Amino acid sequence: MKRRTLLVGGAVAAVAGGGLLVGFGRLLGDRVGDAGTLPVQAGTVGLNGWVRLGQDGVVTVTMAKTEMGQGISTALPMIVADEMDLPISLVRVAPAGLDQLRYGNRIVFAGTWWFHPDNAQSWLARRFTEMGEANGALLGVQITGGSSSVSDSFEMLRLAGASARALLVAAAAARWNVPPQECTTVAGGVVHRQVHDGLRSAAARLDYGALAEEAARLPLPADVQPKTARQRSLVGTAAPRLDVPEKIDGRAVYGIDVRLPGMLFAAVRGCPVPGGRLAGFNAAPAKAMPGVRDVLSYDGGEAGCAAGVAALAADSWQAQLAVAAVQVQWDTSGLTPFSDAALVEQMRGAFEREKGVFVFHERGDGARAMDRAARTLHADYFAPWLAHATMEPMNCTAQWLPAGQDPAGVRLRIWAPTQAPSFAIETAARVSGLRREQIELHLTQIGGGFGRRLETDYIVPAVALARAVQPTPVQALWSREEDMAHDFYRPAAVCRVQAGFDEQGKLLAWRTRSVSDAITPQFLARNFPLMGKAAGMLPDRTQAEGLWDQPYEIPHRYCDHVSAPSPVPIGNWRSVGHSHMAFFTESFIDELALAASVDPLAFRRGLLAAHPRHLAVLDLAASKAGWGEALPGGRARGIALHESFGTIVAQVAEVSIEEGRPRVHRVVCAVDCGLVINPGIVAQQVEGSVIFALSAALYGNITFRDGKVEQGNFPAYEMVRMREAPRVETWIVPSEAPPSGIGEPATPPLAPAVANAVCMLTGKRLRSLPLRLA
Amino acid sequence: MSATIRLLLNGAPVDVDVDPATPLLWVLRDHLNLTGTKYGCGVAACGACTVAIDGKAQRSCVMPVQAVAGRKITTIEGLGAPALHALQRAWIEHQVPQCGYCQSGMLMAAYGLLNDAHEPTDAQIDAAIDNICRCGTVQRVRVAIHTAARMLKEEAA
Repeated sequence: MKRRTLLVGGAVAAVAGGGLLVGFGRLLGDRVGDAGTLPVQAGTVGLNGWVRLGQDGVVTVTMAKTEMGQGISTALPMIVADEMDLPISLVRVAPAGLDQLRYGNRIVFAGTWWFHPDNAQSWLARRFTEMGEANGALLGVQITGGSSSVSDSFEMLRLAGASARALLVAAAAARWNVPPQECTTVAGGVVHRQVHDGLRSAAARLDYGALAEEAARLPLPADVQPKTARQRSLVGTAAPRLDVPEKIDGRAVYGIDVRLPGMLFAAVRGCPVPGGRLAGFNAAPAKAMPGVRDVLSYDGGEAGCAAGVAALAADSWQAQLAVAAVQVQWDTSGLTPFSDAALVEQMRGAFEREKGVFVFHERGDGARAMDRAARTLHADYFAPWLAHATMEPMNCTAQWLPAGQDPAGVRLRIWAPTQAPSFAIETAARVSGLRREQIELHLTQIGGGFGRRLETDYIVPAVALARAVQPTPVQALWSREEDMAHDFYRPAAVCRVQAGFDEQGKLLAWRTRSVSDAITPQFLARNFPLMGKAAGMLPDRTQAEGLWDQPYEIPHRYCDHVSAPSPVPIGNWRSVGHSHMAFFTESFIDELALAASVDPLAFRRGLLAAHPRHLAVLDLAASKAGWGEALPGGRARGIALHESFGTIVAQVAEVSIEEGRPRVHRVVCAVDCGLVINPGIVAQQVEGSVIFALSAALYGNITFRDGKVEQGNFPAYEMVRMREAPRVETWIVPSEAPPSGIGEPATPPLAPAVANAVCMLTGKRLRSLPLRLA
Repeated sequence: MSATIRLLLNGAPVDVDVDPATPLLWVLRDHLNLTGTKYGCGVAACGACTVAIDGKAQRSCVMPVQAVAGRKITTIEGLGAPALHALQRAWIEHQVPQCGYCQSGMLMAAYGLLNDAHEPTDAQIDAAIDNICRCGTVQRVRVAIHTAARMLKEEAA
């Protein structure tokens, strides 16, 4: 523990000091591991930290990232299976232990800085990226987010698979007494073809299962080389997902499905005003109801969990009825009641601010260039708070064990659908007072993440309530209403965008002033307090990402931001800052195109001459969408291009107006996400992102009155259904570049593409989300 | 006040001892440990809880268990079991699920639709399937329903 604290402290110091640590790459160390890395399990051997091989030939790949629908429980093992020439039918996955730094996410920490992607290869940017990754290596945090799973794992899993293969080949070669170079691997086995007098005789073959024990005892051969692109056969194919079969017959177990003998269901009810306390409660009406075992309160504060009460009962229904019957007094004294309108007004007031401003990006003459412009335009944009509204509401199951019962010393078991196992354990330790080694975390399937399950508030009541009734297990369950009221919302933002043209009508200057609250410091303060302090000293790039990091070749740029603290708890929502900033940027680019009387596609192309990758994506979307070709009457196209998480996406939306509202018929998407592991999964993520973004664009709006969320359940927070879902087409630009992400990048361009089409149709420029014509 | 209620569940009779007002959803999930049917909203707005009652899709979160006593209940666990129903095979063929949480409800809503309309049009699909899917799989759900309808027609021939 002490070494870990020292390392974390060192990492924090490095980050806070902003020092440049040259050559920090050396410290990244070995992530692959060796035959001793995985825990012993009868009938199997660990070949390294990522590959476990059974005598039956089944290979279990270690997953240090969580599946939440984005398909990585298929994509990641595909990388290993390809290297090992292993049929996907012989592949399983198992979660990584939480006790080894090698399983931590590194690349997600490299995304902290605010270098422009154009400068990503500069000496400075690379040092900061290395430092971020080194921090990640030292922290060993298992977290799934930032569309980072494949990019964080690709090289390491290639090496792990290639190493495992090399060991198996060496074992077979030793058994046959032949040189390893004469062996090859096919369909889960090692094969040696004997060549006598130029004639091939029958091949000898040994299945991997038969070689497992010997392979695990061998030293790793020198110079293990993963496959080249041409040698790969599985990566790049639309292999069927490993998790689909259990998701179509009811077998998949989500957090809410955990069932343990004697388990009690606890319906929680938290203070509806952020920061409020529980003054008192009368449980008598609830306790008198059938099936109710107890009514308890739990503290708020940890992990951002609201203080509240819970009714524990024999089934979820009785628990829900009972908790609604509890008479609760909340204490919100000292808290200023707030409304969304008032908060937004305050944010708009910051447009004129000169102090407390952070400049994220400056190029050329910055803000001064606007004075030289022959013609300027400006516009104010707005995007509201949004809920995550995962289909599976928040929940967590916990069970305390009496001291001495478990031989390994486990005192607390937790079953949680979480994107951040490392944070979940930390929060559980803080709430329980136990050490990490005394806590056993079981990961379940996740019914939607989208950034909501990076939080760990749902751990808190489960642990507290289970402690009160130990050793009875307790499942803490949020109703949809409680879930909607206790989210960590996508923050609202306002933005003033300004641009200037020179006398020739060329775009000369781009200026943005964005205003919103900062997610990262409070997110870390809730879930990783040690880093929260350091993060509070750094600007939060998520506040303005999407405004200053786009490829358009505008010579003079100035993008600054004013932080607007607010009482609304905010968190990471699919694509984070890009989720609203892309709407601001790509809508305004269209405004400029129209002001210049240039076609929006041509206008963008004119600003991307030195950006061939972006041009290729833009052109692909436009050509597949038939940009410029006639459309049936009453329809128009809108286009948007956006880069986020290292991936470039362009979308063309075909829109009409029906019953006074935008109706999206078709969305054509082009994607460059580097090397593609599974194009079927890429298409799924693009389709899903479009629907997710469309719900937000048409309906998403969380409002507050007297500090409380006004939207209770789905009828008040509508979603796109089948009947208004567009046809989505996905086109992938082939690439051998290192894989970037696809979980989030297809979300940001959708809203502006639709708004741009609406403007073409109606002449109305919508600068607020959700899109409303009336 | 609990009572013993006999249900005809996935082809077999089963007795439960519950408050008769308990929605079928919670009887299935918490008393019978059939967790395939999901909770999403509790107000019949999302469809995650869809089961079939006498072959017709119904949202079980607002259906008191007493109201379905003696009627034929089909849940996701009984959809094709022990084999896979054509819908389930189509769901695999088109790789429909992502997180998968809403999929039981989608499949049961589709089952109800196909019982009603053997070769549904897109408009019929629109009207019958309005389940919420936050992962955005609805496009593939539509295609899979068409495929399943075709499979069932071919198998019947």
